[in-house]
Amino acid sequence: MGILVDENTKVVVQGITGNEGTFHTKQMLAYGTNIVAGMTPGKGGAEVEGIPVLNRVKDAVGIYSANTSCIFVPPPFAADAMIEAADAGIDVIVCITEGIPTLDMIKAVTFIRKCGAVLIGPNTPGIISPGKTKVGIMPGHVHKQGSIGVLSRSGTLTYEVVDQLTRAGLGQSTCIGLGGDPIVGASFVDHLQRFKEDTETKGVVLIGEIGGTAEEEAAEYIEEEFGKPVAAFIAGQTAPPGRRMGHAGAIISGGKGKAEDKIHALKSHGITVVLNLGQLGKTALQVFT
Amino acid sequence: MKIHEFQAKDLFRDFGISVPSGLLATTPSQAVENAKSIPGPPWVVKAQIHAGGRGKGGGVRLVRSLEELSKAADEILSSPLITPQTGPAGQKVRQVLIEEGLEIEREFYLGIVIDRKLESPVMIFSQAGGMEIEEVSAQHPELVLIERIDSTHGFMPYQARNFFYALDPMPDKKMLKDFSATMTRLYKLFLSKDCSLVEINPLVLTKSGNVVALDAKINFDDNALFRQKEIAQLHDPHEMDELEVKAAESNLNYIRLDGNIGAMVNGAGLAMATMDVIKLAGAEPANFLDVGGGASEEMVTNGLKIILSDERVKAILINIFGGIMRCDVLARGVVNAAKEVEINVPLIVRLEGTNVEEGREILKNSDLDFSVAQDIEEAARMVAKQVN
Repeated sequence: MGILVDENTKVVVQGITGNEGTFHTKQMLAYGTNIVAGMTPGKGGAEVEGIPVLNRVKDAVGIYSANTSCIFVPPPFAADAMIEAADAGIDVIVCITEGIPTLDMIKAVTFIRKCGAVLIGPNTPGIISPGKTKVGIMPGHVHKQGSIGVLSRSGTLTYEVVDQLTRAGLGQSTCIGLGGDPIVGASFVDHLQRFKEDTETKGVVLIGEIGGTAEEEAAEYIEEEFGKPVAAFIAGQTAPPGRRMGHAGAIISGGKGKAEDKIHALKSHGITVVLNLGQLGKTALQVFT
Repeated sequence: MKIHEFQAKDLFRDFGISVPSGLLATTPSQAVENAKSIPGPPWVVKAQIHAGGRGKGGGVRLVRSLEELSKAADEILSSPLITPQTGPAGQKVRQVLIEEGLEIEREFYLGIVIDRKLESPVMIFSQAGGMEIEEVSAQHPELVLIERIDSTHGFMPYQARNFFYALDPMPDKKMLKDFSATMTRLYKLFLSKDCSLVEINPLVLTKSGNVVALDAKINFDDNALFRQKEIAQLHDPHEMDELEVKAAESNLNYIRLDGNIGAMVNGAGLAMATMDVIKLAGAEPANFLDVGGGASEEMVTNGLKIILSDERVKAILINIFGGIMRCDVLARGVVNAAKEVEINVPLIVRLEGTNVEEGREILKNSDLDFSVAQDIEEAARMVAKQVN
């Protein structure tokens, strides 16, 4: 169990011949991910780490039965890559690329949704179901198979959190980076609905940050419908307004998107919020046992 | 990326949106010279800085003679302008915009932003112009009208009508055409220049029956600058902190803050969380610095050099969770930086993750003076102790 990816996941890596694509293909293979094909237009016929490289995502689906895509394509070409994957019938599209124009993303998410595919990212470390498969760039060794779902808008912060969970003896069912951009493929609520149905997942750690209102919407959903315990952390309590804090989506604008508002919303819906990151593992242990 | 009002108005002109006649000046005498070719008096002298709230800080003045104009330009150009958005030190004004003073019948607000929840641009229109839209929205939400713009068919004529026929009192029906054209052109500009925000506050109806953008604010999507070369050239480095300019040259995500604890972290989320932990430990971060998930030795060296050149920094915390970035790379970067610049403040290091033993070994074998923290909480406590 776990959600979206598992031992049946067959991955096509888009942009496999680039530096990042090749490096992380090796890392994913080492973790045990079933990569069935790579794709770089014009490089069809080549091989990377013994994986066949194709010119079209269509062929990865048609010939190699790929159902999941992992994208390492530079920003100017990333929207094309995502839309190609959705059009080819890929179910789960994981876009690692950072720096895609917002207006490109608006077109991409609209089309991907119409195709019925799930988009993770962009600007995400990806998704991992520990012990089964990893589609992304997170360090596999900090994870441990278990029953806690992790949802985050961040990268290294997620590794820190997962490391604390693992040390506290709390393994993970599936960990997902939603993506650090203003427009991403799926929200906290979208994935919480999947975790609700997943019998393996006993509880969820939610890692938010400043910008937007995704955490506020999640808070409402959790209290009204989720029915499993949740522990949350929000980064950016000290962030100044109007500045983009690394992630394109991490900005407080027009008085909206502040950490304190998110923390308040979560607490008022009965959710445990960890204020000090160093305490996350310990607090999670109390919430989930 | 932000630009100045006069640059935004140049773009408005290119897209057929009416703006007052105006000319830029860098000295009071040039302001006077330029005013002679602009209809007036009255004229308006407007400070050109990025920060908002210029009017409240005395950066926008209505003048009725060339003498008054010269005096106003001199005052604005000679001392830093302090507005609610600049901070107490204010911002030096290098240029003023001289414009014709128009006779105003009514003021409106018109803007376009990206709505994250709707995953599309939205146009915002209000008859409460000239006030902060956030304030209007909080006190009189019924006066803030919003239309979602669908990316397949764009801004439609009926949406302009939705705005226009909601006005109370309604202007002469003939004016619909001008309002509608302004809205359509504004969306065209938003789309073709990859804006993240455009705002006209106020958009005015003049006594002579024209629809004119009295002010102009545009922010651009940084991620799209690679395909907006002309826009990228409008960037004004004078508006940025000196250290932030230097950091940007090294591809580092750096934002200067008001505290005295320098922080270097890999990853934006972890960097924010580290700032928060420093604050919880009773100290204040001097900066946000994300060296990136896959930083090189050179980036680490440059990052540390930037922190060290901030004279307010009294102690430094390095927090690295090695995933893709290896701890030994970080350690070598720190040792290199120490060779080039003297580290004369206490240094606390917390390393975890990939190649952590190797990283710790490199630091230990150098002649660096530093303390090791076991976890993020301890690191913050140790660094706070140095300044309290």
